[in-house]
Amino acid sequence: MSAVVEYWPLLWQGMWTTVLVTALGGVVCVLVAFTAGLGRLSTHWFFRVPAAVFVEVFRGTSLLVQMFWFFFALPFFGIQLYPMTAAVLALGFNEGAYAAEVVRGAIASRPKGQTEACTALGMGPALRLRRVIIPQAIPAMLPPFGNVMVDLLKNTSLVSLVTVADLTFRAQMIRNTTGQTTAVFLTILVMYFVLSSILTLLTGFLERRFALDRKAKAAWRAERRFMKAGTA
Amino acid sequence: MIWDNAFAVSIIPQLLQGLVVTVEITLLGTLIAALLGLALAILRRLAIPVVSQVVTFAVVFIRGTPLLVQAYCAFFVLPDYGISADAFTTGAIVIGINYSAYMAEVYRSGIQGVHIGQWEACTALGLPATRVWGRIILPQALRTVVPMLGNYLIQMFKDSAVLSAITVVELLGTAQAIGSSNFRYLEPLTIAAILFLIISYPSSRLVNRLERRYAPQH
Repeated sequence: MSAVVEYWPLLWQGMWTTVLVTALGGVVCVLVAFTAGLGRLSTHWFFRVPAAVFVEVFRGTSLLVQMFWFFFALPFFGIQLYPMTAAVLALGFNEGAYAAEVVRGAIASRPKGQTEACTALGMGPALRLRRVIIPQAIPAMLPPFGNVMVDLLKNTSLVSLVTVADLTFRAQMIRNTTGQTTAVFLTILVMYFVLSSILTLLTGFLERRFALDRKAKAAWRAERRFMKAGTA
Repeated sequence: MIWDNAFAVSIIPQLLQGLVVTVEITLLGTLIAALLGLALAILRRLAIPVVSQVVTFAVVFIRGTPLLVQAYCAFFVLPDYGISADAFTTGAIVIGINYSAYMAEVYRSGIQGVHIGQWEACTALGLPATRVWGRIILPQALRTVVPMLGNYLIQMFKDSAVLSAITVVELLGTAQAIGSSNFRYLEPLTIAAILFLIISYPSSRLVNRLERRYAPQH
């Protein structure tokens, strides 16, 4: 255990790098998901085809292959990315491709009457999406999005392989200097577990907060009242 | 010249060998995951005190930690305690155990999907537990589970690239080795990506079709 105590600051820094990569990757992921997801629903092949190709390519190949490709192969085109940029882009694009299917599914499964009602009210396609369809689709997207985010968090461990100094990278470093393999790896396993549990709780909270049906929302309010009573 | 075609053609045989290892590890891992996942799901369902809770926690813990770190643990930690196996075996077992946690959930939903009347009928007929599970519940539960297992098989095929980090010489590991010894990463990595895509895209279309075919009939 002594190695863990002695090198704790390093692990702590590594953990924040992991959190940072997760957050940045999450932002890229959401942007990509909506762009590609809406692109696939477009009536113009000009948007639909590239979006479909993007999603299938990024879902069909390994994340690690993509990350290595960004890091090792792009320089041959004269594009040299920082390890962090390559890692965040690969993570965001990969998970974004999965999340794009979530966006597409959630929007496509809205009842047709909503679209028809918007048309009847004279709303254009953009306004219809922005004010009616997407807000309704978001509660349906949240649970799968939560899964994608937890996946993203776990997959950030792969960025250590393109030399980003995250939690896994630091653990390897400490292992190499101290040789205390068991303590270090068990510690980071637990740290990852805590991080992903926090993320799961957070998405659970968001799900209840933005739930469409009244029952779930009432449960959320009751819980909040209970928590307030607890702190008072 | 960015893309060296002669070089690309010359490395294809090596990469195909890597692909074979990837496929082997995926099949072995899926076998482990399918069996272990089923065992975990049944253990949880039987609600044995302590055992079920331990299994539940193990499933949540495995799902909450990265495959890469699990692989490092198995590869670097276990030899300290006298358990050592080559990278391929370790890799297959780790990925198998990792996916068994996901498959346990799939089985669980399949078992839950079996109508309660089936259980009641078993009780009414006084069937022994082994017959209940083996002849009544599982055959019905597994029907809906098959396509999901297919999805995880494809996912595992792609995830097995992670095992290159513990020196398994699969597709990505081969590509990386070629890249570092020739100082050309573009061709091996691109061909590796294409090989992954060529296998996983048609298989996922196939699984989608299976999914529709085996969909529960309501």
